[in-house]
Amino acid sequence: MITLIFRIIKYGFVGFIRNFWLSSATLAVMILALIVMQGLIIFGTIAKTSLVSLQDKIDISVYFKTTAVEDDVLKIKRALESLDEVKTVEYISREEALIQFKTTHKDDPTISQAVEELGENPLSASLNIKAKDPKEYPAIAAYLNNESISTLVDKVTYSQNQLVIERLTKIIDTIKRGGLVLIFVLAGIAVLVAFSTIRLAIYSNREAIGIMRLVGASNNFIRGPYIAEGIMFGIVAGLISVLIFLPLASFATPYIKVFIPEMNLSSYLLMNFWSHLGTQLGIGIFLGVISSLIAIRRYLKI
Amino acid sequence: MITPMIVFQNVSKIYNPNVVALDSLDFKISPHEFVSIVGRSGSGKSTIIKLLIGEEKPTKGRIFFDGIEVTKLKSTELSSLRRRIGIVFQDFRLLPEKTAYENVAFALEASGRPQSEIEELVPQLFEMIGLKNKMSNFPRELSGGEKQRVAIARALINRPDVIVADEPTGNLDPINTYEIIKLLIKINELGTTLVLATHNKDIINSLGKRVLSLDEGRLIRDEEQGRYTLS
Repeated sequence: MITLIFRIIKYGFVGFIRNFWLSSATLAVMILALIVMQGLIIFGTIAKTSLVSLQDKIDISVYFKTTAVEDDVLKIKRALESLDEVKTVEYISREEALIQFKTTHKDDPTISQAVEELGENPLSASLNIKAKDPKEYPAIAAYLNNESISTLVDKVTYSQNQLVIERLTKIIDTIKRGGLVLIFVLAGIAVLVAFSTIRLAIYSNREAIGIMRLVGASNNFIRGPYIAEGIMFGIVAGLISVLIFLPLASFATPYIKVFIPEMNLSSYLLMNFWSHLGTQLGIGIFLGVISSLIAIRRYLKI
Repeated sequence: MITPMIVFQNVSKIYNPNVVALDSLDFKISPHEFVSIVGRSGSGKSTIIKLLIGEEKPTKGRIFFDGIEVTKLKSTELSSLRRRIGIVFQDFRLLPEKTAYENVAFALEASGRPQSEIEELVPQLFEMIGLKNKMSNFPRELSGGEKQRVAIARALINRPDVIVADEPTGNLDPINTYEIIKLLIKINELGTTLVLATHNKDIINSLGKRVLSLDEGRLIRDEEQGRYTLS
């Protein structure tokens, strides 16, 4: 059995080398498909990081009337915290708000003076609410409109970033969908080209295949080398695509960092190198084997 | 009673729509027999061989090989049947990019034999066919007769029960023809059943063995110690 597998791999390898020019055309298309695939995977990661970083920046702030009692505000805080949609609720008391205001404007003497002259604290207490999912802000806003609360509330600020995020989500979704279509098209072309290569290999070996049949070679022994050839296409294309993609990614890293400071593409890729390589090899082998199987089914009569 | 090696029972092969290659063929071949099948081109000799190794299925009738019904074998079982039947062709069918040795070894590799066995068996066979000094030559460096001997070695390497030779001397001069036939007789004497398809009158007449005569797909004569009597 092991001898047989070894021989199948050997013949597959010989076929791969013999059809070098044909093989390289197949490899080129497969590599292209795999690079685009990697691009899309990385794009997905970048998009996710940027969305998370943006989402972290939106919240709802509820400003209470200066007459509102602290206990009532804290009660509302607890009620909000018990909601499933809410991630965190931060309470800023009137005093804290004043301190924050003063620190922000400490370089502006007119404002500090104006506050001093007022004699009393003009600022209201507020709750800063963050949702688990940006989609849930409308629900939280609706909850705050509840009569028992709204009597205490001065104003609610919300949705300043919402529009930006919605747009970004849409753009990302569109690009992802477009990329997916591109991947399918390229994968289809890669399979077609690999299929043709293997079909030609079968055609040029038809004499040997006929003789193999005559001398009683098993079906697996006749088919095996072509499957092995498909696997080799996948492995080589996967390796080369990663080798091409890594320098490209490290070149792009500083540019991406400008947009999303949290994202270091190079170190991300290096950290996930093995799983990244594994994915590429897996996809490459999958495409190669699919191509071989189609070619064998259609052209290798046993 | 001995199980016959090859049995054709009322076998017909009709290529659509109405080209009759074989018409209700009935014959038996016993183990160790040497049988010649004669007939003009298109009389159905090659069809018999294709049906016997399961490359094609008969339109009607049953075919048995050593008690196994060939017509009922699945494609995965055909390979083991084919290892029991060695085939020799008029055009040799050697792989041009392999040496004589590799061409023969290839048949063993395909059946999954270990390397050590291959290295032991192949040279033995080359000794038997008298080409031990030409093992590493490529087919293009061999004469027609030598190529056919290599092809015979390849057919023999799996120790088949039957050797089927389809016009093995068609491309050879009389001296090489004689050599090849002598080799086939020797193989038969060592115990292998031999089926020889030919239209070479001289061979048939000198053999003095059983002859099946075909004409337009029908068996018109089956004689022990037959002679070539087709016009």
